[in-house]
Amino acid sequence: MRHLISAGELSRDDALLVLDTAEELARVSDRSIKKLPTLRGRTVVNLFYEDSTRTRISFEAAAKRLSADVINFSAKGSSVSKGESLKDTALTLEAMGADAVVIRHGASGAPHRLATWVRGSVVNAGDGTHEHPTQALLDAYSMRRRLGRLEGLKVAVVGDVLHSRVARSNVLLLHTLGAEVTLVAPPTLLPVSVETWPCQVSYDLDAVLPKADVVMMLRVQLERMNASYFPSAREYSRRYGLDRDRFARLHDDAIVMHPGPMNRGMEISAEVADSPRSTIVEQVGNGVTVRMAVLYLLLGGSEPAIGGTA
Amino acid sequence: MNTILIKGAAILGGDPADILVRDGVIAEIGDLAGTAAELTVDAAGLVALPGLVDLHTHLREPGREDAETVETGTQAAARGGYTAVHAMANTSPVADTAGVVEQVWRLGQEYGHCDVQPVGAVTSGLEGRRLAELGAMADSAARVRVFSDDGKCVSDAVLMRRALEYVKAFDGVVAQHAQEPRLTEGAQLNEGEVSGRLGLNGWPAVAEEAIIARDCLLAAHVGSRLHVCHVSTAGSVEILRWAKSKGWDVTAEVTPHHLLLTDSCAESSPVGPYNPIYKVNPPLRTEEDVRALREALADGTIDCVATDHAPHPVEDKETEWGVAAMGMIGLETALQVVQEAMVDTGLLDWAGVADRMSARPARIGRLAGHGLPIEAGAPANITLYDPSPRALVDPSAMASRSRNTPYEGMTLPGRVVATFLRGRPTVLEGKLV
Repeated sequence: MRHLISAGELSRDDALLVLDTAEELARVSDRSIKKLPTLRGRTVVNLFYEDSTRTRISFEAAAKRLSADVINFSAKGSSVSKGESLKDTALTLEAMGADAVVIRHGASGAPHRLATWVRGSVVNAGDGTHEHPTQALLDAYSMRRRLGRLEGLKVAVVGDVLHSRVARSNVLLLHTLGAEVTLVAPPTLLPVSVETWPCQVSYDLDAVLPKADVVMMLRVQLERMNASYFPSAREYSRRYGLDRDRFARLHDDAIVMHPGPMNRGMEISAEVADSPRSTIVEQVGNGVTVRMAVLYLLLGGSEPAIGGTA
Repeated sequence: MNTILIKGAAILGGDPADILVRDGVIAEIGDLAGTAAELTVDAAGLVALPGLVDLHTHLREPGREDAETVETGTQAAARGGYTAVHAMANTSPVADTAGVVEQVWRLGQEYGHCDVQPVGAVTSGLEGRRLAELGAMADSAARVRVFSDDGKCVSDAVLMRRALEYVKAFDGVVAQHAQEPRLTEGAQLNEGEVSGRLGLNGWPAVAEEAIIARDCLLAAHVGSRLHVCHVSTAGSVEILRWAKSKGWDVTAEVTPHHLLLTDSCAESSPVGPYNPIYKVNPPLRTEEDVRALREALADGTIDCVATDHAPHPVEDKETEWGVAAMGMIGLETALQVVQEAMVDTGLLDWAGVADRMSARPARIGRLAGHGLPIEAGAPANITLYDPSPRALVDPSAMASRSRNTPYEGMTLPGRVVATFLRGRPTVLEGKLV
């Protein structure tokens, strides 16, 4: 594997290798010195065209724990805001010797284009409304840690599927790993061709909840309301929000996930978000571990993930 | 050059015959062995077609001479076997006055690679607010008969009605770019399976079909002539078939790329996923649409092939999909693509190709002297085409100033060997004269 651009490109073995490698690396996180020498002398560029502090620092922490040199290249205050093209930026990074470029971009497919212009590995940290594969990997990792398995898990993904890169990556990855995904959303927030995706679809959250092992709530942006995807925040929340009453209908072992940032009171109520069955904070920590695994597997190659001491 | 003898050409794919051209006019057709001429062209194995006519070309001049000029665009046209092109109005300044259309027309005359017939804008500045001076453009030296806001839809129903009515006074036609603007805000790719997977904003077929349906009804109501640009969906074909069955004066065109390529190119192609070389307006559609378009062109529901040749400089295409310019060049590959999609599939014979790529577009554009049968007395606008070779498309060999061909990395059949404009060769042995 040279790049990680789409969760759909991962075979079952590839995906399990990432999750198993992350498990190994997690043990290091329990040590007092968390740093590994594995990627010493390698350069990882975080190329962020969208503001996303949480994803950027997650990748940054992951790269630094593997001893890579990290360059943060943010679109704001750089030549990008002066109109430099993605291609020219790519050639610049190439000339600086980037071994991996982690890219977050508002345009779907930007990582694919980048990969045609750089020799290093490209890691998709979210492209437009397309994919966010490391989020799906960390979600799968979090599910497996909590519930012990992925095969046969019933996962409900609830919210703005149409505009969600998290939903696309999760559907593809979870299908590969044998989980059963049901997308739940108002019809306006589902792609017209969603019936061709490897998952079930429902408009009725209450019908789906009692059978779910995992409920993953997606962020719903309020500007969708102005574009008439739904009439009001209150109506959305009433029909598709995870509040206390709905939470009570989940079975006892079911967990609640959210990729963040949350709109408390909109798609998820505060008490659900803060309950012990919510993995939302855990997901953040797992994100670093899984991204370490991805960078290690793309760049580390032959060396063992956990060598001597740093 | 006063006399040209074209030897052994298969006129419309028929039996080989010799064609003698004298002073720009076809003088004689038959077995002309022993006839002397100043230029003799061996056309054994070649199909002779009437010079092709494009209803829909973007020559970009004035304003975007970095993408194309009248000179390079008409060179590309000649290389593609065209003897006349209609230059679309979305230049800068917009071709919405007699002055601009005359400028474009004169540039065409000056370079002489093919005839350039300017198209006038329907509304001032393509802004969709008030009519441009359509009559002044019609009365100008450019004799404009086709009016179009192409690139933008005349979406206001009242304005469209008035335009359809008004151009009747000078036998004009409104060529509509059918795209309901609200349904296509931020649209990137045909709305369907591929756009859903790729996370690209969907461009629904209904945005085209709803406008075509409305315009057919409007044209019928006011008894006007309507032409529909670049039809791209199976649903549009159904609406056109229905409108024609009513006897309404509605014509339509399809581009070569919509006859061959589908939205799946955005996902997998010889040039990689999300390559905006395939980004075009209207977007590439599905296999089912391609099938319907081919059948409609074969049965005449769609009247003609028009290239929508849309040159863009490299930097406008070497980008992310979302910010890339829409459009692809097509003059130099149109006949090859039509052979691949229509002739080699048995849907059209060469007489059908001549009808759809020369006779009918000339008639729709009211273009005198073009689209006439190859017979004695007609102006010698002739294209000689060799359907036998098959080769990789080479963008760097094209005459267009731009390189945004979607066929890079593909092989296509055929080759334009020679083009004659009123008896003057513009292309010989595949090269510009």
